[in-house]
Amino acid sequence: MSAVFEQIFQVGFLAAIIRIATPLAFATLGEMFSERAGVLNLGIEGIMLLSAMTGFTAASLSGSLWLGVLAAVLTGMLMGALHALFTVVLGLSQHVCGIGVTLFSSGLAYFLYRLIFGQQSVPPNIKGFQTLPIPVLSDIPVLGPAVFNQFALVYMAILAIPLAAFILYRTPWGLSVRMVGENPRAADSAGVSVIATRFQAVVLGGALMGLAGAFLSMAQFNAFTFGVVSGRGWVAIALVVFGRWDPWRSAGAALLFAFVDALQLRMQASGLGHIPYEAFLMLPFIFTIVAMAVMSRNAVAPSALLKPFRREER
Amino acid sequence: MPLPAPLIEMRGITKRFGAVKANEAVDLSVAPGEILGLLGENGAGKTTLMNVLFGAYAPDAGEILIQGQPVRITSSADALAAGIGMVHQHFHLAPRLTVLENLLIGIPGKTGRIDRAGGLARLAEIGRQHGLTLDPNLPVSALSVGEQQRLEIVKALFRGARLLILDEPTAVLAPSEVDGLFSALRSMAAQGLGIIFISHKLNEVRALTHRCTVLRHGRVAGRVDDPANTTSSEMATLMCGHEIVPPARGPSTPGAAVLTLDGISTSKHSGTPLRDVSLAVRAGEILGIAGVSGNGQRALAEVISGTRVPDAGQMTIAGSKVSRFSPREVQALGLGRIPEDRMTTGLVTNLPLADSMVLPRIGTAAFSSGGLLKPDAIRAFAEAQINAYDIRCPGPMTRAGALSGGNLQKALLARELAFDPKVLVVSQPTRGLDIGAARFIHEKFLDMRAKGCGIIVIGEDLEELLVLCDRIAVMYEGRIVGTLDSADATVARLGLMMTGAEGHS
Repeated sequence: MSAVFEQIFQVGFLAAIIRIATPLAFATLGEMFSERAGVLNLGIEGIMLLSAMTGFTAASLSGSLWLGVLAAVLTGMLMGALHALFTVVLGLSQHVCGIGVTLFSSGLAYFLYRLIFGQQSVPPNIKGFQTLPIPVLSDIPVLGPAVFNQFALVYMAILAIPLAAFILYRTPWGLSVRMVGENPRAADSAGVSVIATRFQAVVLGGALMGLAGAFLSMAQFNAFTFGVVSGRGWVAIALVVFGRWDPWRSAGAALLFAFVDALQLRMQASGLGHIPYEAFLMLPFIFTIVAMAVMSRNAVAPSALLKPFRREER
Repeated sequence: MPLPAPLIEMRGITKRFGAVKANEAVDLSVAPGEILGLLGENGAGKTTLMNVLFGAYAPDAGEILIQGQPVRITSSADALAAGIGMVHQHFHLAPRLTVLENLLIGIPGKTGRIDRAGGLARLAEIGRQHGLTLDPNLPVSALSVGEQQRLEIVKALFRGARLLILDEPTAVLAPSEVDGLFSALRSMAAQGLGIIFISHKLNEVRALTHRCTVLRHGRVAGRVDDPANTTSSEMATLMCGHEIVPPARGPSTPGAAVLTLDGISTSKHSGTPLRDVSLAVRAGEILGIAGVSGNGQRALAEVISGTRVPDAGQMTIAGSKVSRFSPREVQALGLGRIPEDRMTTGLVTNLPLADSMVLPRIGTAAFSSGGLLKPDAIRAFAEAQINAYDIRCPGPMTRAGALSGGNLQKALLARELAFDPKVLVVSQPTRGLDIGAARFIHEKFLDMRAKGCGIIVIGEDLEELLVLCDRIAVMYEGRIVGTLDSADATVARLGLMMTGAEGHS
């Protein structure tokens, strides 16, 4: 048994957690901004998939990874704007529109991918992001190679957490976001445009979801496959609840999920091979369900979540 | 007092909603330092007019002038920029954000950041000027209703309001809090602010305001230049267009107790729990339960109506002990109830009125047999009540939610009274109703009393309780602090007891 543990807990394991957590952190922060403003975005799964596709395509055609990231972010913002158009401007059902956005984005991603790359026996791939060791910091024992010898997008995710907290809690715009998610009428009577603030929050959320997609197809897998997202968007929605709509807690939730996921990957590879690997694959999701059941009993969602805002109503 | 040039003037304001004219050619002006009362019944157009002034509705005709200059106000941002602040009846606050955050919303920050220090300084300054102090770091949910209202006022001043509109501000306050509010408003007026005070409590309007404008059916029905020396009945006549005589409560000889509570206590499930509550209502008597909202009235109403099981204590209805505390059991023993919130616990707004009217007794032989409804009987019952109580609606199959508050309350009253309850428990029977509808409800209560029904009226409007009740018990923090015969009771005395001071039984 100790051999198994040795195999699991090593520097590579820590690095794997960080890597797995990165797209989840982007996606969770994105969903959090949207929900904090009162808009549930069930389009997240499809937005991540379409962004992964456009990012991969742009990078593969232009040869520039950063152009790929830009394309993914713009895709996320565009689809966020589409969701906001339906739910914020037109005030339609957030559930229905979100699922619609996911179905539409997924279909579009498959369609465009086939159109551009055709049907190939081996899916095309690109030379994705390489690790970028940070001088000095990467020499710290254990923590250095795990955290400071990563892809540039990982560093961006790490920086995005305090930045998100700063924006949400310290800037007037962040206060407006929280206010329109709690009591839009209060924000409206204080002269804040509820529609504009919600629209902006959903678009910002979309941009972060786009980064999550970009990481998957350009850093983690270096290819676009139809299963490249495989439920990470849905998990992010659960992690937002688990993280109680707070950037720090949400990022922590992503890290915890990544820990369980990395653990099951190692267990698959370890000497416990007589158990079917599908059993290990289930672990992170079982963990999510249990954690949600235990933790979210006290979680209080933004009061105006799911509620469209219309001004002249009698 | 001599009138300086008006701070704000509304001229010929007309606002239509479809075919309904909510305001028609309304003129109104407020001078600096003046407190203007805006009076009118429900639906007279007070709130609509103020929403026009605050930019929530665009008027169809008319203009608004600020210090003689015409302005266009199309959003609340415009109104705030023009120096108009509004304290809405339902507070516009985010409960989970702090006092300071609620103040700073919509205020541009300093170099991209929220200006906390500036906010704190301004808050302290306003606190000093008008005696309106608040802890900036508490979440709003930790504030009392009175403090939340103070925050709304501070919020308006924070944004530099020169005119403050208050929409029925005293409806949510205890009498002692009302005094605090009034002295703050007087201090603001003394410093040159204009104030519009919307209310239908005539004694408050007479005590506070310098001048009144009375609306009726969307038009200006009259103006009162000296409210302090105008009688309430003169003002009521202006509001209603005809004289209103309060119903006379004749003497009664109460019989045996029809409802008793003995040592009832509840656990804290939601809201304030009851602590050792004992009371009795006799046949042919109206007992009032006074208290500031949130002192256990809801738990009391729920226990009596069988929707909440007490932890300790006993209850009897018409001499029979209540054992299971289910709505069906208490109803079978002879209890009728009119819940506090017509729309949520009273009836089903999306179903036909007839269905809502038989809902509590849907399983009885009168309305169903063998597991099937008797639609003809249900319809006939509803039609009979609609005629008997003059409920204004197109018919029994009308969606209940389409009826006005007064007609809904009549429907709820009709469905209980049709079964001759021995005890009737009602919460806030006339909240949100106009004087005519309230008068009708009061008369029905007095009829029931004459017939030997015992009635409990849970309410916050002391004037109403004093007119209606034979005895008034006061609740504070889940306890009954005392019971007064209404002959001995005054608003001042009840108000003191509502703050927890012991009374005399």
